[in-house]
Amino acid sequence: MNVQVEQKIAFSILFLCTLLVVVPVLIILVIIFVKGAGALNLGFLFEMPTNGMTEGGIFPAILGTLYLVLGALFFAVPLGVLSAIYLVEYSQETVLSRIVKLAIVNLAGVPSVVYGLFGLGIFVLFLGFGASILSGSLTLGIMILPVIITSSREALESVPQSFRIVSLSLGASKWQTIRHSVLPHALPGILTGTILGIGRAAGETAPILFTVAAFYLPKLPQSMFDQTMALPYHLYVISTQVPGIPETIRYGTALVLLLLVLIMNLAAIILRYQFRRRKKW
Amino acid sequence: MVGAKAPKFSIQDFTIHFGNVAALKNLTLDIFCNEIFTIIGPANSGKSSLLQSLNRLNDLNAAYRKSGKILLDGTNIDELEVESLRKRVSIVFALPFPLPLSIFDNIAYGPRMHGIKNKAKLAGIVENSLRESYLWDEVKDRLHIPAMNLSGGQQQRLCIARILAVEPEVIMFDEPTSGLDPISTARVEETLRVLKERYTIILVTNNVAQAARVGDRTAFVLMGELVELNETKRLFTTAVDKRTDDYITGKFG
Amino acid sequence: MHLRKVKEFIIERMIFLSGIMSIIIVALIFIFLLKEGLSIFWRVPISDFLFARNWYPISDPPQFGILPLILGSILVTAGAGVISIPIGIASALFIAEIAPRKTKEVLKAGIELLAAIPSVVIGFIGMVTLGPFIKDLFHLSTGLTALSGSITLAFMAMPTIVSIAEDAITAVPRQYRDAAIAMGATKWQTTWRIVAHAARPGMVAAVMLGIGRVIGETMAVMMVTGNAALIPHSILQPVRTLTATVAAEMGETVQGGEHYAALFAIGIVLFIITFLINGVADIYLHKTKK
Repeated sequence: MNVQVEQKIAFSILFLCTLLVVVPVLIILVIIFVKGAGALNLGFLFEMPTNGMTEGGIFPAILGTLYLVLGALFFAVPLGVLSAIYLVEYSQETVLSRIVKLAIVNLAGVPSVVYGLFGLGIFVLFLGFGASILSGSLTLGIMILPVIITSSREALESVPQSFRIVSLSLGASKWQTIRHSVLPHALPGILTGTILGIGRAAGETAPILFTVAAFYLPKLPQSMFDQTMALPYHLYVISTQVPGIPETIRYGTALVLLLLVLIMNLAAIILRYQFRRRKKW
Repeated sequence: MVGAKAPKFSIQDFTIHFGNVAALKNLTLDIFCNEIFTIIGPANSGKSSLLQSLNRLNDLNAAYRKSGKILLDGTNIDELEVESLRKRVSIVFALPFPLPLSIFDNIAYGPRMHGIKNKAKLAGIVENSLRESYLWDEVKDRLHIPAMNLSGGQQQRLCIARILAVEPEVIMFDEPTSGLDPISTARVEETLRVLKERYTIILVTNNVAQAARVGDRTAFVLMGELVELNETKRLFTTAVDKRTDDYITGKFG
Repeated sequence: MHLRKVKEFIIERMIFLSGIMSIIIVALIFIFLLKEGLSIFWRVPISDFLFARNWYPISDPPQFGILPLILGSILVTAGAGVISIPIGIASALFIAEIAPRKTKEVLKAGIELLAAIPSVVIGFIGMVTLGPFIKDLFHLSTGLTALSGSITLAFMAMPTIVSIAEDAITAVPRQYRDAAIAMGATKWQTTWRIVAHAARPGMVAAVMLGIGRVIGETMAVMMVTGNAALIPHSILQPVRTLTATVAAEMGETVQGGEHYAALFAIGIVLFIITFLINGVADIYLHKTKK
C-alpha cells in the first residue's frame, strides 16, 4: 500500500477515536441542559423539597454541598499547601521524600468508596463525630488532598530558583524566602488546584454516603454536627431509590450539580491559561 | 596601602568539593577593608564557588563539602547566624535577577526582611541606595513600575542598589558585567570605585582588562588553585608565574 | 528577632508534619480498614471469603463469598479496558502528534471536562439513555448489564488514559522524530514506529491508572450494572461489583456486625488492589522520566 494512503487512513482512524472521546461529552452536556433547563428557576434553587421530594426545590442539597465543600477546603488547603512546601522546599531526595511521594500517588488512587469506609471508621465512629457535616467534610478533605498537593507542588516548582537565591542572599531566612519570594508567585497555581479540588469534592458521592448524607431532610443543618442533604447523593436518591420523581426534577438536579462542577473547572482552566500568558519569567 | 590592618576575610587552607569533584584546593589568602580584590581565571576554575562559600550560599547545594576555615573579622563564618552573615556579605550575580516586583519593592525587600516597616524610613533607604548605585535620576519618577521593565544595565545597577539597602560590609561581584555593553560596563566599574570607599569589594571576572582597570590586588586562580596573588599593577607588569603571564596576555583562557 | 525565630521554628515543624501527613493518612486508612474488617476472618476463612461462590449477607445463616463480586468487577473492568484502551491511546496519539495547536487546546479542555463530570451524573445519564438502548438492541428484560457498566466506565477511564499517555508521548525527545523524518519516514510511520514505541512505559502507566480508576469507581457502576450479586455468565447480564456492594449495603448493616465487617473486608481488598496498581504504574511513570 502507498505510504501516503496508509498515513491518511491511520490519521482518520485516530481522528475518529478522538471524536469518540469528545463527542459523548457534548451529548451528555446537551441532554442535561435541554431536559434540565426547564426546571431551573429561583423556586427550584431556593425552596425546600416537599411531598416526598416529588415537588418543591433542592435548596437543602445545594446548601449542604456548599457546606461540605467549604469544610473540605478549610481542612485540605492548608495541609496540602504546607505538604507541597515540604516536598519542594525542604525535603532532600531521600527515602522519606520518596515514600511521601508514593503515599500521595496512592492516596490519589484510593477508590472513593474506600474513603467513605475510612471516614465512617475514623470520624463517625472512632472520633465520635457521628454522621455529620464535620465527618463528611474531613472525609472529602482527605480525598482532595492529593489534588491540592500535586498542583501546589507544580506551582512551587515553576517559581524560578533565582528568586530563592536572591532572597536568601539578601539575608532573608528560609521561611521568609518562601513566604515572600516563592508563595506569592505560586499562588495562581495553588488557586487552580484548589478550584479543581472544589469541583471534585462537590461531585463525589461515595465518600459522603456513610459519613454525612441524609436521604430526605427538609430542613437546614444547624451546626457542623448535623446531617445534611447533598446534591450528588440527592441525584442518586431521586434517580434510583424513589419511584415517581418527575423527570424535570431529576434532570434539573443533574444540571445544577453539573453546572456547579463545570463552572469550577472552567474557572480553573481560564485561570491557568491567564497565568501562563502573564508569567514574566 | 593595606599596611598592618586586620583582614576583613581570612581564608585558611580552604578546600571545596562538589561530590567527588574538587572545585577549590587549599586556598589561603586575606582580603582587606576598602580594597577591590579581584579574582581572575578561566571559567570553572573555582572563582564563583569561592564567592558562594564566603556567604554560605553553597550550603544550599547538597553535594557541597568543604574543609579549612573562613574568618570574617576574626570569627569563623560557620559560627555566625547565616542570615546575618548574608546580610553582611552580599553578592551581585552575573545575571541581574530582579524579583518580579516594582523597583521600589525590589530594593525595600531586604530591609523589610530585616524588620524595617516604617514607610518613610523605607523610602529613605530606597532613595539612598538608588543614588549610590547611580540609578536614581533614571528611575525616580517611576519607582512603582515592574523592575523587569528596566534595561539590562539598569537592572544590574538595581541589583547593586538592592544590596546596598541591607547595609552590607562586603560586596561580592560575580562577573557583574559579563552580559552588559561597554557603556553599561563603564558605569558599573565607576560605581565599584566609589563603593570601595565604604565597602570591601570582591570582584570575580574573566575579563582580564577589567581586573587591570579597577582591581587593587588581583589573585589568579587556575583549576581550583591559587597561582599568584599580588598588587594588580605588579601582577600585570611582572608576573612571577609563567601561567599567569600566559593568561593575562591572552595565550589561553 | 527572637520571636521571629520561635515563629519560624513552629512553622517549619508544621511543614514537616504536613509533609509526612500523606504517609500517616495512608497508614490510617489501612489500619482502620483492618480494625473494622478483620473480624470477619474469624468466622470466614480468607480463602472462603475470596473464593466462595455465594454472597448472601442477610440470609440465615449468612454467606460471605465475594467471588461473584470479584468476577463482576473483573468483567466490567475488562470490558471497559477493551473499549477505552485502544480509543484512549489513539486519541492521545492524535492530540499529541497530529492535531494543530489550537485544536489540541480545545480537545484537552474537553477531556478535562469529561474528567470533571461527577460520576453520579454519568451514572444517571447511562441509566436513562444507555440502559434502554442496550435493552432494545439485544431484546433483554433489563438494560442494566455488565455491558452498560463497561461502556459507562470506559468513558470514565478515558480522561486518565488520554492525558497521561499524551504527556508520555509529548515527552519523547524531538531528536527521535527528526531522525526518523530525516530518514524519509512519513509522519505516520514516525508516530507509530518511533514515538509510540518510545512512549510505551508511559502508556502502560496510563492504562494501569485508567484501570485503577475503573476498579475503584462506585456510583456510576452501581447505577448502571443492575446489581445482581451472581456469578456472571455473559456480559449482557446484570452484575454487581465490589465497590457497588459496599456502597449499596453499608447503610443496612449493624455497626460491628458480620455484614458490616465483611464490607470493610471488601474495602481491604479494594485498597490492596489499587495500592498495587498505583505502585506499579508509578514505577512505569518513573521509567519514562529517565
